[in-house]
Amino acid sequence: MSATLDMTSLAARLGRVERRKRVRAMALTLPLLVFLALTFLVPLGALLVRAVENPEVADTLVHTGKALSGWDRKTAPPDAAFSALVTDLNAIPETAQAGVLARRLNTEVSGARSLIMNTYRAKLDTASLSAAQVKETLLAQDPRWGELPYWWAIAKNNSRWTPDYLLTSLDLKRDAQGNIVRVGPEEAAFSAILLRTFSISAVVTLVCILIGYPLAYWLSTLSARKANLMMILVLLPFWTSVLVRIAAWIVLLQTNGLVNRFLMFTGLTDSPVPLLFNRLGVIIAMVHILLPFMILPLFSVMKSVPPNFVRAAVSLGSSPMAAFFRIYVPQTYPGIAAGGLLVFITSIGYYVTPALLGGAGDQMLSYYVAQYTNVEVNWGMACALGSVLLVTTLALYSVYRRFGKAELSLG
Amino acid sequence: MKLKPLLIAIAGVLALPVMAQSQLTVVNFGGANGGAQKIAYFEPFEKTGAKIVQVEYNGEQAKIKAMVEAKKISWDVVEVESPDVSRGCDEGLFEKMDWSKLPPKADFVPAAVTECGVGAFVWSTVMAYNADKLKTAPVTWGDFWDTKKFPGKRGMRKGPRYNLEFALMADGVAPADIYKVLATKDGADRAFKKMTELKPNIQFWEAGAQPPQFLVAGDVTMTTAYNGRIDAAQREGKNLAITWTGGIYDLDYWVLPKGTPNKDLAMKFIAMATNPTEQAEYTKHISYGPTNNKALPKIDAKVLALLPTSAANIKTALQFNTVFWADQGEALEKRFAAWAAQ
Repeated sequence: MSATLDMTSLAARLGRVERRKRVRAMALTLPLLVFLALTFLVPLGALLVRAVENPEVADTLVHTGKALSGWDRKTAPPDAAFSALVTDLNAIPETAQAGVLARRLNTEVSGARSLIMNTYRAKLDTASLSAAQVKETLLAQDPRWGELPYWWAIAKNNSRWTPDYLLTSLDLKRDAQGNIVRVGPEEAAFSAILLRTFSISAVVTLVCILIGYPLAYWLSTLSARKANLMMILVLLPFWTSVLVRIAAWIVLLQTNGLVNRFLMFTGLTDSPVPLLFNRLGVIIAMVHILLPFMILPLFSVMKSVPPNFVRAAVSLGSSPMAAFFRIYVPQTYPGIAAGGLLVFITSIGYYVTPALLGGAGDQMLSYYVAQYTNVEVNWGMACALGSVLLVTTLALYSVYRRFGKAELSLG
Repeated sequence: MKLKPLLIAIAGVLALPVMAQSQLTVVNFGGANGGAQKIAYFEPFEKTGAKIVQVEYNGEQAKIKAMVEAKKISWDVVEVESPDVSRGCDEGLFEKMDWSKLPPKADFVPAAVTECGVGAFVWSTVMAYNADKLKTAPVTWGDFWDTKKFPGKRGMRKGPRYNLEFALMADGVAPADIYKVLATKDGADRAFKKMTELKPNIQFWEAGAQPPQFLVAGDVTMTTAYNGRIDAAQREGKNLAITWTGGIYDLDYWVLPKGTPNKDLAMKFIAMATNPTEQAEYTKHISYGPTNNKALPKIDAKVLALLPTSAANIKTALQFNTVFWADQGEALEKRFAAWAAQ
């Protein structure tokens, strides 16, 4: 009886001590967690929210939205909607708000920007007119108000949240009736771009493994002093600006550059090979920039592989090649996995290198994120593309965790 | 005792914002054009006592938007491209231009006078080639598309802007009708179809410095280019030449970000930079046209012949339509991305 009691109190005490330890550990990591939350999770959350946020139309065209709520979207909108629109536009206090509304609608229908701004600036005085007369005035002001797509855009965006940015990122859209359909071939860009982003990243990762593995192996067999010296050479590009390295590649790879002159001198080709402003140039430069990320984890894993196993295998009658591939290589899998993941995830976000060394068909998703952020100033679309990139990357990572069996993890 | 210099240094750093009162941050695109502005506008302005800090950017309106939204304006005067003037004005990113402090409106070319911005200079996107390598000069955009008569690659800006207009001109549309045709679905289809014809021969450029470099390196036979960049290469002794036929001219503007604390000084700067004497001086350093017509008599004939605004050069040129691109730009950019992926 008393022995059991002692056991439980002992367990309870042990539990208390354990808990205290855990709290202390938590307190120690708290600054880091707060830092991570502030610099990583909060912006990420803001990004996801911006991708679905849609206040521009719902906040300004309140009455129009109500007047359009029962509309069948096949015939002309009710007259009440025309007069509600004029009321709403006249109620906008600042031009800036009208500008934001015009920009939002223009992303849905090209031309809405000038339509909204012209009508807003006209400040139509319709107080004493009937709804039907307001419609006439509006159509006289700009006949485009008779076209349905503009009204669809207003009706569709009469809610503070929208799936449209995300749908567009996946080459889908909501039609006038609200059904989700595929966009036409001349609008469908992003699935091809996403696929291209992953395929370029995969090729870069593969080439990095093929080049990095033998190099890291050679480094791991050198004496510490020589290995350090060689490591400095591997790391040297790290200390050079990416732009400088890209400029150097342009000099080397251009039509009359060193590489082409060498190829022609040796008689390998008669005319210059196009190495620049295509996929090849992008991959060459990206491999060069990302190679250290592959070599470093590989090297550290290879250093820890004891040479005895391969020797034992050879002494037991295995051929050196078979021993290398069946005994040595499996022990370096964690290094390949870590390096591969690092290179792959870093290259998914590449922007400058493809922008300067690739053609129009070699741009990766980040290029379009930058374009929507800086040029179009359509931040909803930029955030939606970013979210798609984030989600697909996380999905790939979870697949890797599940089937990779490696103990490496990022979280 | 040793703390004293440190304290003085700290006090000095703290006093910086106070001294910054007579300091103006002017933002432009840098390069050869930034250099010309420095000589023609910044240096004379600094003689009046204020200091100018020159900042370079790449036309990202997002940066101005972020500043205005955060109410932390560190840019006083910004050079922006034409589509951004009306768009930024509509969205409340810029101060309204105080025309009472500038030269009379009637002196300016009509496009230079807007609600929020005043035209800074006129530039043009033109066809350029290396006169050392090409014996017969290309004359029209049809020649640009003719890869049999002029074999070799063509440099074009990455994106639909200018290219779709040039494609329609090559397809026989008169400059005056370009935007009317391009606004229709059939017209856009026609332009992209013409682009597809040339696609295997196009080498796209991203930055304005690239086209002259492509020409000098022999990567392309002909290219579209900003006329000032070709001019800068000519000044360096490169034998590059311009075909002005069917060029697209456009203005860059001076604007003030909304809420700039140095509005008075900024207006003084813009007034000087739109003054006839200073604008005439500017054209000597880069071949971009003045926006103030009173500057024209002060420019000598040799310089004038190189400007996009000279009578001979503007005759067959097309004015870039900002309203069209503000409306259709985003859709066409996306279509261009889809076209490039095919």
